[in-house]
Amino acid sequence: MKIVVCIKQVPDTTEIRLDPATGTMIRDGVPSIMNPDDKGGLEMALRLKDEHGAEVTVVTMGPMQADAVLREALAMGADRAVLLTDRKFAGADTLATSNTLAGALRLLGYDLIITGRQAIDGDTAQVGPQVAEHLDLPQVTYVEQARLSDDNTLTVRASTEEGYRMLEVGLPCVLTVLVTAGKARYMSVRGIVEAFRREVEIWDSARIGAEESKLGLGGSPTRVAKSFTRGAKAAGQLYEVEPTEAVEIIVAKLREKFII
Amino acid sequence: MDKSQYRDVYVFVEQRGGRMQSVSLELLGKAAELARALGERVCAMLLGDVVEHLAAECVAYGADVVFVADAPQLRDYMTEPYTQVVCQIAREHKPGIMLIGATTIGRDLGPRVSARLATGLTADCTALDIAEGDDGTLLMTRPAFGGNLMATITCRDHRPQMSTVRPGVMRAAERDDSRKGEIVRVTPLFDESKFRVRLLETVSEERETVDITQAGVLVSGGRGVGTSGGFEKLRELAKVLGGEISSSRAMVDAGVMSHDRQVGQTGKTVRPDVYFALGISGAIQHLAGMEESDFIVAVNKDKFAPIFQVADVGIVGDVNKIVPLLVERLKK
Amino acid sequence: MDFSLTREQELFLQMIREFTEKEVKPIAAEIDEQERFPSETVRKMGPLGIMGIPFPAEYGGAGSDNVLYSMCVEELSRACATTGVAVSAHTSLCAAPIWEHGTEEQKRKYLPRLVSGEWLGAFALTEPNAGTDAAGQQTTAVDMGDHWLLNGTKIFITNAGAAELFIIIAMTDKSQGMRGISAFIVERGYEGFEVGKEERKLGIRGSSTCELIITDCRVPKENLIGKVGKGFGIAMKTLDGGRIGIAAQALGIAQGAMDETVRYVKERKQFGRPIAAFQNTQFQLADLQTRIAAARLMVRSAAWKKDRGLPYSVDAAMCKLFASELAMEMTVNAVQFHGGYGYSREYPIERMMRDAKITEIYEGTSEVQRMVVAAELLK
Repeated sequence: MKIVVCIKQVPDTTEIRLDPATGTMIRDGVPSIMNPDDKGGLEMALRLKDEHGAEVTVVTMGPMQADAVLREALAMGADRAVLLTDRKFAGADTLATSNTLAGALRLLGYDLIITGRQAIDGDTAQVGPQVAEHLDLPQVTYVEQARLSDDNTLTVRASTEEGYRMLEVGLPCVLTVLVTAGKARYMSVRGIVEAFRREVEIWDSARIGAEESKLGLGGSPTRVAKSFTRGAKAAGQLYEVEPTEAVEIIVAKLREKFII
Repeated sequence: MDKSQYRDVYVFVEQRGGRMQSVSLELLGKAAELARALGERVCAMLLGDVVEHLAAECVAYGADVVFVADAPQLRDYMTEPYTQVVCQIAREHKPGIMLIGATTIGRDLGPRVSARLATGLTADCTALDIAEGDDGTLLMTRPAFGGNLMATITCRDHRPQMSTVRPGVMRAAERDDSRKGEIVRVTPLFDESKFRVRLLETVSEERETVDITQAGVLVSGGRGVGTSGGFEKLRELAKVLGGEISSSRAMVDAGVMSHDRQVGQTGKTVRPDVYFALGISGAIQHLAGMEESDFIVAVNKDKFAPIFQVADVGIVGDVNKIVPLLVERLKK
Repeated sequence: MDFSLTREQELFLQMIREFTEKEVKPIAAEIDEQERFPSETVRKMGPLGIMGIPFPAEYGGAGSDNVLYSMCVEELSRACATTGVAVSAHTSLCAAPIWEHGTEEQKRKYLPRLVSGEWLGAFALTEPNAGTDAAGQQTTAVDMGDHWLLNGTKIFITNAGAAELFIIIAMTDKSQGMRGISAFIVERGYEGFEVGKEERKLGIRGSSTCELIITDCRVPKENLIGKVGKGFGIAMKTLDGGRIGIAAQALGIAQGAMDETVRYVKERKQFGRPIAAFQNTQFQLADLQTRIAAARLMVRSAAWKKDRGLPYSVDAAMCKLFASELAMEMTVNAVQFHGGYGYSREYPIERMMRDAKITEIYEGTSEVQRMVVAAELLK
């Protein structure tokens, strides 16, 4: 079985701080990590490999530094790593990203494609289903568990707001996987040593052979018109008021924070 | 693309087991606002098996037109049949805007539809507006980078302008049963060769496993709550807000709370969107576990309690008086 | 000369820090409190290659080196010195002498089981009347023609309670003094080999420290390491390597105490400002941090020399001396910075202070390290 896992290098958003004076994001010193849901997906692929045997390929689109997450994936047990990097890929929204990935996937070949449900920097959850559409493959999203019920069929558990659904899907297909799918294995020391003795393949737009009009900024229907932070965290306020008034203050704040 | 051919604000109406989901009402409310600004109509897309009875409800909540697709293949939400029908409606009627709830269903459907229609999609929006003096460009605002950044996204040159919208953010319109609307029956043209996913079972379950570090809202109690019934109210508050309860070490030591819910240096470090510190004085060991929370509400009798140094909103008062009132207020 | 970390080392640090945070730190207080050896951690570390970092892949090792190994012990010890020494004693004192001095058969037989973590290893030199002064050995090994017969008692043997394989230093010819000492590989299951009572200790209380009672224990001929009479040299070289491990352990303890202290002094307020704002705090911590940085360079440089086959015993002695005394001073100061909280078992600081003390004692006391350094300096 050929499994391809799409992964992304993301800033560890839990480490991002806002400058208290300007309210701008401080991105310096924020570590880059493998996106957590993608790691859950890689773990799922590696478990299928452990159980049934498979070739696990990891692919990422990003700058040269994204090599780091591919090495990490190799150290965890992936067999092959491909980095899609080209200035023409830059500025891509989810649709252009999915076009780029789909191009690479067509060349790689696959029985099963796994992506993380969503990336913690964008939180869109769109790339997986869009890849599936470009490749005309069935998809199951929010996957927590997957097992091979026969050579060509996966039985999948997908999370919902109320609980879960059990689904059966034929191969080839796309699964988007949650971080909770399983505790990701640690890299092994030997895996780390070997990860740097192996090659990470570098593919550019020519290699993928995708139409340029579908890549990068030019291939992106959406644009960021503006971005802003919610402003510096105001100094906390202390209220000495009657309980009923206190309740109104709290409710108003929760509204502001979209909690209610 | 001739954008002038595309008009009206479309809403994907999400129903589960024949029940309309609240996010759909919210979307109809928002769509009505946007449609007013554009001078266009609100069109609901209602898919399911024997769901026509919901069409009137869509109208009552703001739809001018309801496209109803009733078919056995649409009984449970499945990606491909739903995508086919939504795309069929979109290709025939050319929506200017399409809104979908950012639920597990909406976030499965939305990207699939957008890729098939080769248009843009903006995920999980928390604000939607029409740009002024423009050709009906939708301004879609959403959080990114773990909520540290807000971005306003546009999709100028492609139609429909698609957005999934976070549940609970928009306001549903008042129900008005006197409203009139047009109901249009859609006959789905399925390509069943593409139906390659089969639903085996749908399971509802109360989620019992707790991991307080994953909770968006934490209601945390300390000594000030007391060991008698106080925690029951905290539990209710957590439930109303869809959060979890947690506590300071004092309450764990007192046997009121299990250790896996302890916040602090010797418990867990948490960073929820909102942290309620109720009756917690804020010993340094507790602060170490929660001060990175995005928003902290503290209630304590002692106005000099150190918890107020990290709180965004501090209330000097008795938790056992304030929390019951808060629960009551939120339930309304 | 290049002091920057390689990408391999960076990735390893990411892995070992995550492992330590999730698997080691959460149980550090518990195993100390219960004086329980963390077998579950060893079981997790084995498959990850942590129990065999500097050994080649052909024997099942991770195929890395001693620099990486020292980083591993440092990072584990930052959260739990008990776990750090379990890896250090196993790697440096049991697997390393087999790898460095053993026959091909011994390597093939024992290294895969050790480096996979299936078997934990230990090293037994110390006796009631012989410590670093190894020539006072009273454990004997007699050549019986088709086997060796061992008799004697060893004490303070790290890992003993959980170990399956022991390097035993014994006297094969008393008349030859230091040249009459030999080294043997002894399996726990051999008849006449018994692991005695657990020592009750001040610190590293999860670490298993036992005596060994060896009574007419038959050891196969092929389990002699190196040649007859070469045991003293093997033991001393083994301890040289072990000192890098203990220095890394001490460094980790010091860094762990510094981490806790930095966090605490920023949060703790006295007289209206955090105690980090007081110059006394700043200067003391700056001095200690400077020494931590120095200790780290010394540890890595000793490991680097060992990896290149350069002489390193003086480097090992110096880094162990420096790092262990630093660990003691850092932790004592950390307790003081924490005040009453530092003395409380609710905080990890008092444990770190108790753990630090042993690093000045085992695998050669600070006094012995000074002897080694002075001997080289004044020769």
